[in-house]
Amino acid sequence: MNSGIDLEMSFTQGVQNLGLSHELAHLLWIPLPMLLVLVSAVIGVLVTVWLERKISAAAQQRIGPEYAGALGILQPMADGLKLLVKEDIIPARADSVLFTVGPILVLVPVILSWLIVPFGQNLLISNVGIGIFLWIALSSIQPIGLLMSGYSSNNKYSLLGGLRAAAQSISYEIPLALAVLAIVMMSNSLSTVDIVEQQNTAGFLSWNIWRQPVGFIIFWICALAECERLPFDLPEAEEELVAGYQTEYAGMKFALFYLAGYINLVLSALLVSVLYLGGWGFPISIDWFSSLIGLSIDNPLVQIMAGSIGIVMTILKAYLLVFLAILLRWTTPRVRIDQLLDLGWKFLLPISLVNLLVTASLKLAFPMTFGG
Amino acid sequence: MNIAYSTELICFLILSAVIISGSLAVVLLENIVYSAFLLGGVFMAVAGLYLLLNASFVAAAQILVYVGAVNVLILFAIMLVNKKEKLKPIEGLRTRKLISGGVCGGLLILLLRVSIITQWNLPGPSSIGEEATERIGEHLFTDYLLPFELASILLLMAMIGAIVLARRDVSIPRDDINNNNNKKSLSDKKIPLLSENSLK
Repeated sequence: MNSGIDLEMSFTQGVQNLGLSHELAHLLWIPLPMLLVLVSAVIGVLVTVWLERKISAAAQQRIGPEYAGALGILQPMADGLKLLVKEDIIPARADSVLFTVGPILVLVPVILSWLIVPFGQNLLISNVGIGIFLWIALSSIQPIGLLMSGYSSNNKYSLLGGLRAAAQSISYEIPLALAVLAIVMMSNSLSTVDIVEQQNTAGFLSWNIWRQPVGFIIFWICALAECERLPFDLPEAEEELVAGYQTEYAGMKFALFYLAGYINLVLSALLVSVLYLGGWGFPISIDWFSSLIGLSIDNPLVQIMAGSIGIVMTILKAYLLVFLAILLRWTTPRVRIDQLLDLGWKFLLPISLVNLLVTASLKLAFPMTFGG
Repeated sequence: MNIAYSTELICFLILSAVIISGSLAVVLLENIVYSAFLLGGVFMAVAGLYLLLNASFVAAAQILVYVGAVNVLILFAIMLVNKKEKLKPIEGLRTRKLISGGVCGGLLILLLRVSIITQWNLPGPSSIGEEATERIGEHLFTDYLLPFELASILLLMAMIGAIVLARRDVSIPRDDINNNNNKKSLSDKKIPLLSENSLK
């Protein structure tokens, strides 16, 4: 099995050649991928915001942003700058400490979860063994931040929005985790790298979506609910709650919520592509391709090509899903809170349990196709 | 002393400081909402300690269960019933505080004594790192199967109990409810849209 490009190895080798110790080289390496991922997450958000504006405009037969850069491509930057220079207002009788910590607690777990998103064999920050479980654990911290900001705003709409957000996020986490569990059962590993590798044995036919169609739909619905996207954006339902827990926020603190929401959307789309759509896998396997052009798989050129194809594929799949999410947002009506909780507890939870059981029995019956 | 060791030491010191000061604040703060949020912080710091011990699965489970479920439920309970009322002054509060403080201090001294007297074999068993997840699963389904099942039955009982408590339906005939509503909303009071004075 080829190991692909190992940037860390080459970096530490290079630094060690400059006469530094191994540990120091490692210490120098650690912040680099983090910074890279942080930057790429923010750029991903900018792209998504632009897409959202353009697609919503198309759905409503408008033109959308037009003057900021070609096709309005700089509009998200302008939005960000506007939020940056706005006055930071803390309501007079709000609890200023909790009011400030709330948005941070919402944003940090989402960014931390990027730790496990693989763009290639070695193109991820850390191949931790508990992989996807880490994401589930981290995303359970978010409700605390939401409750905190809802409570500290000293506003009934904020409190209601915060409570709704926490209730929604708790109820949809369970079917989400069960859908992930079915995948984990099939690939015998929690690590995202292993999950993708197990899907890339026979091109796109071995993607998990064919073996887990129900799980895919459950996961996607739950991911949308966790991101508070429109069919499920009850925490900030404008007609009822002004803007939910964000009502009292302005300036950069509001921007943190905004960022967290979009980073979470991109992250969810990336994880769907990792779990169900073969991650960095190209529909045609790289081995076959390299034999076609007559170069060995270890050739640096082939390796670089494979790496970039991997990154492009992951992002392409993720953004197809983001497109779907945006289209859903601008074309579907909002569900009511009782419908939302009914859907979560009475429909998705039993279905995902049945899905888990069926997967387990299929795994016993056909160990070849369902990962023995 | 190499870099890895010193980072570990610094992390350990910070985490323990957070845990100790945080749990003291949970107990001593007057504002119950602060206590609940700080409890979440303490749970996360404990998860950090597990991470330092190379037990990443246990750390993630700690966050998922304690922060994501237990603490959020506590917060829910506080926020749904957060009535700001003046409590009656309790008689002899000072002596009560002294007694409970004494009991806690005694417990602390006992624990300290145990931890000093015990012969810890150092260094402890080496951690198995990433394999831990599989090992935990193995143990749960072989020699710890009975406690595991008993725990799940306990949780099921608690769940059924909660449902029974929450669904105490008072059986009122349906027609009755409708009639009452109609009377209240339509018949009795007629509130004029404009007051008498403004018409004149």
